Amino acid sequence: MAARRAGAAWSYLVLASGSVVVVYPFLWMIATALKTPREIFELHFWPHAPTLANFHDVLLHSQFPRWFGNSLLVALVTTASVAFFDSLTGYTLAKLRFPGRGVIFTVILSTLMIPTEMLVIPWYTMSAWFGWIDTYWGIMFPGLMSAFGVFLMRQFMTGVPDELLDAGRIDGVSEFGLFTRIALPLVRPALAALCIFTFLGNWNAFLWPLVVVQTSDMRTLPVGIALFSGEAGSAWHLIMAASALGALPVLAVFVLLQRQIIEGIVLSGLRS
Amino acid sequence: MMRRIIGAGCLTLVLAFGGLPAAQGQQPVTITYWQYYFESKVKTIDMLIKQFESRNPGIHVVQETFPYDSYNQKVASAVPAGQGPDVVNLYYGWLPQYVNSGYLQPLPADAFSTTQIEREYVPMVKAAKFDGKYWAIPTAVRTLALFYNKELFRQAGLSRPPLTWDEFTSDAQRLTQRDSRGRPTLEGFGIAPDGQDHQLIREVLFRQWGASAYSSDGRRVTYDTPQAAAALQWYTDLVTKSQVAVIGFFPGGNGYRDAFVAGKAGMIIDGSFAIGSIQSSTKFDWGVALLPRRTAGGTPSNFGSFWVNGLTRNATGPRLAAAETFLKFLTSPDTERLWLAQVGEIPADRTLAGDPKLAQDPVYGPFIASLAYAHATFFVDETAQRTVMLDAINEVVLNNTDPRAALHTAAAKEQKVLDAFWATQAKH
Amino acid sequence: MTPPVRPRGMRLAARQALWAYAFLAAPMAFFLTIRLAPAAAALIISLHRWNILSPEKPFVGLANFREVWTDPLFWQAAGNTLRYAVVGIPAQLAGGLVVALLLQRITRFRGLFRAIYFLPFVTPIVAASWVWQWLYSPQFGPLTRILDALGLPTQAFLRSPHEALYAITAMVVWEYLGFQVVIFLAGLQAIPRVYYEAAAMDGADGLRAFRHITLPLLNPTLVFSVVYGTILYLQLFTQVLNMTFGDPGGPLGATETMVLYVYQQGFQHFRMGPAASATVLLFGAILLITFVQLRVFQTRVEY
Repeated sequence: MAARRAGAAWSYLVLASGSVVVVYPFLWMIATALKTPREIFELHFWPHAPTLANFHDVLLHSQFPRWFGNSLLVALVTTASVAFFDSLTGYTLAKLRFPGRGVIFTVILSTLMIPTEMLVIPWYTMSAWFGWIDTYWGIMFPGLMSAFGVFLMRQFMTGVPDELLDAGRIDGVSEFGLFTRIALPLVRPALAALCIFTFLGNWNAFLWPLVVVQTSDMRTLPVGIALFSGEAGSAWHLIMAASALGALPVLAVFVLLQRQIIEGIVLSGLRS
Repeated sequence: MMRRIIGAGCLTLVLAFGGLPAAQGQQPVTITYWQYYFESKVKTIDMLIKQFESRNPGIHVVQETFPYDSYNQKVASAVPAGQGPDVVNLYYGWLPQYVNSGYLQPLPADAFSTTQIEREYVPMVKAAKFDGKYWAIPTAVRTLALFYNKELFRQAGLSRPPLTWDEFTSDAQRLTQRDSRGRPTLEGFGIAPDGQDHQLIREVLFRQWGASAYSSDGRRVTYDTPQAAAALQWYTDLVTKSQVAVIGFFPGGNGYRDAFVAGKAGMIIDGSFAIGSIQSSTKFDWGVALLPRRTAGGTPSNFGSFWVNGLTRNATGPRLAAAETFLKFLTSPDTERLWLAQVGEIPADRTLAGDPKLAQDPVYGPFIASLAYAHATFFVDETAQRTVMLDAINEVVLNNTDPRAALHTAAAKEQKVLDAFWATQAKH
Repeated sequence: MTPPVRPRGMRLAARQALWAYAFLAAPMAFFLTIRLAPAAAALIISLHRWNILSPEKPFVGLANFREVWTDPLFWQAAGNTLRYAVVGIPAQLAGGLVVALLLQRITRFRGLFRAIYFLPFVTPIVAASWVWQWLYSPQFGPLTRILDALGLPTQAFLRSPHEALYAITAMVVWEYLGFQVVIFLAGLQAIPRVYYEAAAMDGADGLRAFRHITLPLLNPTLVFSVVYGTILYLQLFTQVLNMTFGDPGGPLGATETMVLYVYQQGFQHFRMGPAASATVLLFGAILLITFVQLRVFQTRVEY
């Protein structure tokens, strides 16, 4: 028992020390957001006279609320789409048997290996053709499904016991029902993780939203924050304030979904 | 006979109806203008658009802006998709590439004659000339000058800014402060190879040391010479020998300016576009001076640059005439006056730039005076050519490479870039 | 005459296959049109000379490949990319696993610690890069203060062609630690508690339980982490660009990566031909490495 407690104490210690290192840069960001532009280069960590002026300027004197709203809409829709399609695809590739399964998985996996930068021009040409430029659909469409998600879900879906699915089939559950009612609940941790990562990836995307958006109303958050940098330098006090505010939704998504990851499903009495 | 009467009748009808006021039954033409986001520039263009539209009721102008750091990527991506504006704002250094690809239309000769341009605009505008034609026109121009911290100068016992590069070095030595380990805590010179310094080397130092960067036709690299190496040596000595400058002293691409504004760099060499930013951020007494020369009374030289407005190939049909009208308006003397007042940039027009009030302004004066001898480098691939110079500097500073050897390698690399460009040019 | 009875198993198999294709119809349409067709376009571009601004795209065969193959910067980028991967992936996996295991052992402040370790991942890269550049400043950064206090010589970090790559790797590991922790937490949760209880009753716990229960049952997660981590590090780009913005690729190409090379060729020099060729070569390399990895891991026990 004492060993267990000593072990736990060590755990706290290591985690706490690690936390300091890990959180230091983030604190620096917050500290900078609370300083006046002049104070930033006085090179001390905490602001001597913290001010909320930067947050005020960002929220009221820039189009931040608009950028925030655009990013939120795009991120939520793509996350919902990815959550559904990627898990369905992962389930199919892991649990159903059909000719070409290996090939299809290979093909989808291989799309992960092509950096997005090279796809931006074809996407733009496509968008121009279909009239998607400067629209929410235009920003969203490349991110509606992801090979990353398919790969992740497939890995976790392999852990779903086949016996459960067979039992379901015998009970007359439809194939789609097997997916939604049996398999999906068992991979909740992975699905929650996927939602967090997809939301974050979309939230921070820069190159594609830059290319496909023309008018100022349609800018997403990273593109908007980039406006604080110019030929005559960057307004770091505003960039930090906007970045801090911009990190909040992702943090919120994480806090909301992390319990799903932690409180996974306990499989009881399921030995075949 | 009958046909002639009917023909005349039709003609009469056409003339009669054609003579009706434009407002009746004519759709306004909408053209798009792109520039990078800079608050005062965006606001000024909005003002100008209102003026323009009230004078030209048949034309509607839409302004779209994008982040500065990725502006070139944004414009370039629009080209293959057939998107983009009718009138575009570009950095002059990108012109050869955009012209070469056929994305820009040449300026209409009747509204923008070559002789008129060369008569009315400051000399550096010639860098926008390509194939004997002008492809874009600036509203404002920029040059370099020496910004210096007057308080630090006073504290170091310096009564005036340096006139020669040797004085510059010794002044920097008096300004530099170090900690107990000998590390600079305040640098005499806010060195910035990736800021304006690579321009300084090419157009100022090389020339003043008796070398030149390129041949007069712009096709050959000519700095693989002992004179140019001596110029580079002087520059890198600031870091390695006299140690009055630290590359990357303040992080970030504009770190040198941040350091100056924070009072941690005694002098910086910066462009006139930085005036607004420095004015609003510094709380100490600062001044602007002409760039030093190699010897007192020696050759002065400066680097000039400018952003230009041009017509893209998207401007077709009725939009072409509208775009031309807007372009003429954007580059008119009235616009330049407004631009100076609102944005603070030096007018490209000779007469306006030669305004004595401006010449006597303590901040603008040195920039204006440099216009007469400011050279704008002809870039075929600005990023590549910049990197070549950065690498040469880093080779000397980090790897102890001999400056002549570094320039030799750099010249070979840069020649390849030039050759590749001129080879494609030859096909037109 | 009774109709021939088809064996029930075959009907089930056919039914399953039909449903599978139905489920995969939309995703395959998506991946084919949005990912694969543009990628095929890139492959085709690699055989042409194409300045992004120009409408002309003359066919040049393998000239772009030859140019990229003989470019020393390309090979520098390739070597650097491998170095990033070899140093970063083990660090990220080990760090992520250790933190995930520790998080499972503690009972209080779990939510707080989880949120703290996830913070780097939600920090926008532009802000994080600026802070890290200050962290590394040989004049003003806290790391230098620590070195001073320990009596160690000042390091140039990002200004050193030898150290810059590792300095950036540290930042990337810091950024992805939270991501890795979440993946491992999800994987650890999938291991039924009954196994640990049964093992404890048999007297096996601690390190033995780790080796014989945790590690094998974590296999799908580990496979995913290694494969995805590899793909991630081999495509490292945004962090490097932001950390070395004034001189992308670090002093004298010391931090250059493959995707940065592609970006510079295509979006700064506007030379889409070499950019596409480099992309094709990178794709081939990642494909090869991924399949070697999957083959190696396939021989282990699959749950």
